[in-house]
Amino acid sequence: MSGVFLARLGKLWLACILFFLYAPIAVMAFMSFNASQYYQLPFDFSLKWYEKLAGNQEIVDAATRSVMIALATTVIATILGTAASVALFRYEFRGKRFLQVMLFPPIAIPWLITGTAMLIFFFGVGLGRGTPSVIIGHVALALPYVIVVVSARLATFDATLEEAARSLGADSWTVTREVTLPWISSGVIAGALFAFAVSFDQFVVSYFLSEPGDSTLPVLIYTSIRKGFTPEINAISTIIIVVSMAVMLFAARFSNFGGER
Amino acid sequence: MSANLANQERLRIFGLLSPAYLWLTVAIFLPLSAMLYFSFLSDVPFGDADWHHTTKNYQAFFQTKTYATLLWKSIRLGLTVTAVAVLVGFPCAYVLAKTIKGRSREALFLLVILPFWSNSLVRIFSWAIVLRGNGVLELGLNAILPFQVDVNLMFSTPAVVIGLVHSYLPYVILTSYLALQAIDDNLIDAARSMGANKLTILWRVILPLSLPGLLAGAVLIFVPVVGSFMEPRILGGRVGTYYGTVIEDQFVAVFNWPLGAALSFILLAVVLLILAIASPVLKRAQT
Repeated sequence: MSGVFLARLGKLWLACILFFLYAPIAVMAFMSFNASQYYQLPFDFSLKWYEKLAGNQEIVDAATRSVMIALATTVIATILGTAASVALFRYEFRGKRFLQVMLFPPIAIPWLITGTAMLIFFFGVGLGRGTPSVIIGHVALALPYVIVVVSARLATFDATLEEAARSLGADSWTVTREVTLPWISSGVIAGALFAFAVSFDQFVVSYFLSEPGDSTLPVLIYTSIRKGFTPEINAISTIIIVVSMAVMLFAARFSNFGGER
Repeated sequence: MSANLANQERLRIFGLLSPAYLWLTVAIFLPLSAMLYFSFLSDVPFGDADWHHTTKNYQAFFQTKTYATLLWKSIRLGLTVTAVAVLVGFPCAYVLAKTIKGRSREALFLLVILPFWSNSLVRIFSWAIVLRGNGVLELGLNAILPFQVDVNLMFSTPAVVIGLVHSYLPYVILTSYLALQAIDDNLIDAARSMGANKLTILWRVILPLSLPGLLAGAVLIFVPVVGSFMEPRILGGRVGTYYGTVIEDQFVAVFNWPLGAALSFILLAVVLLILAIASPVLKRAQT
């Protein structure tokens, strides 16, 4: 077999993978513009499912709640995560390695376990289900991502710049504000976008922690799917996937996640 | 003076780190401990429920075969999905890392991992529309093939596997790509100049060097698949009863939280065991 042939075969394989990854999403989006309720073809273009969405108060409420929760998560996780990253980068101290390892469980343990554990604990302390519990859970899931992304950016930062500023008489807060933060700002923005995506797309933890009738968008979609499919779900799902992909494209611009720069 | 400075620094470290780690403690580590405690109770200790300490929840796992069978079913599902994802994803990562050059590589790589960062529930739902009887897959196949076929994969094990591979494939592509990219092309050229054929190069050079990345990807897929419940529910229907769906039921349908906690904890033990076995490999993959 010649190298050219193999290279062509490889590119074909890659094309197949991309088709596999995107075709179902495309079909879903396509069907959300089809007038037929039972996904029947021929295709008859219609916006009626999107119009129906706007009139569905339950979905509008859940969407609003999801965005608010994601924004709250983003703000809290970005501030706490950036502070922790700066400390982990700037100082050497005992137990640092342990603290870095502690970021692993929220990412590595299946959300089913984390979610049910949170449910038990929040009930045990009297907080119960509801939006505050959901936010507490989302922030915990988003924090490790923020710390990893911001730390990756900090790793490219020349620590002697901080020393230079300090030797010129800047106090610690001024150094942070004028030297460190501007340098890592792109990492912080990427971290914030990651945090938003983690929260906005989170289903499992929200599912166990949100109050019935007071749920986030993915939870509402899950309960609707189990009752039966409607093109209305296609429409809202299409909107969700466009939003989350757009957020991640922005995040990719601001971080070198996967890139080779 | 210097002791004062050291104190100040300690205070600063504490001030910067404690909010994040307190949050993780309250939201992750205390709940996990609470779950362990709960798994040894006979009933929820809320209201006026009558409860005492017991090991009957764990006995339920070991005495009836139901739960162990389902756990094994979930582990098998995890192995299947991981194997398919590795076989499909590794060649793809190789093409990205070694065949495609320049700016298009970055764009293609982003395209491959982008779905991974979008909503998993929505992606599973999109497969439901494709796979259902009289769905797009059937219409498409009948349009191409000269004979009529009935394809209704919905509510079957293959549907669950397809959905899960779709969900987690980007993981193995991501980790394999990073490992493959780190392989020096000169090494491959050297092997070739010494007369090694393509298969030998793959087997003796490329695979051993990219193995840590490949295994890291496999672990990252296997662990969440064993704990999956939403995907089997939506795509598996009646055959979609797995260990994860049984845990879900304990919390949202049957309300036997102590049993659910015990089952969750057994799953956690399995997961931790796998992570512990894989940790030397995962550490190598990081560097």
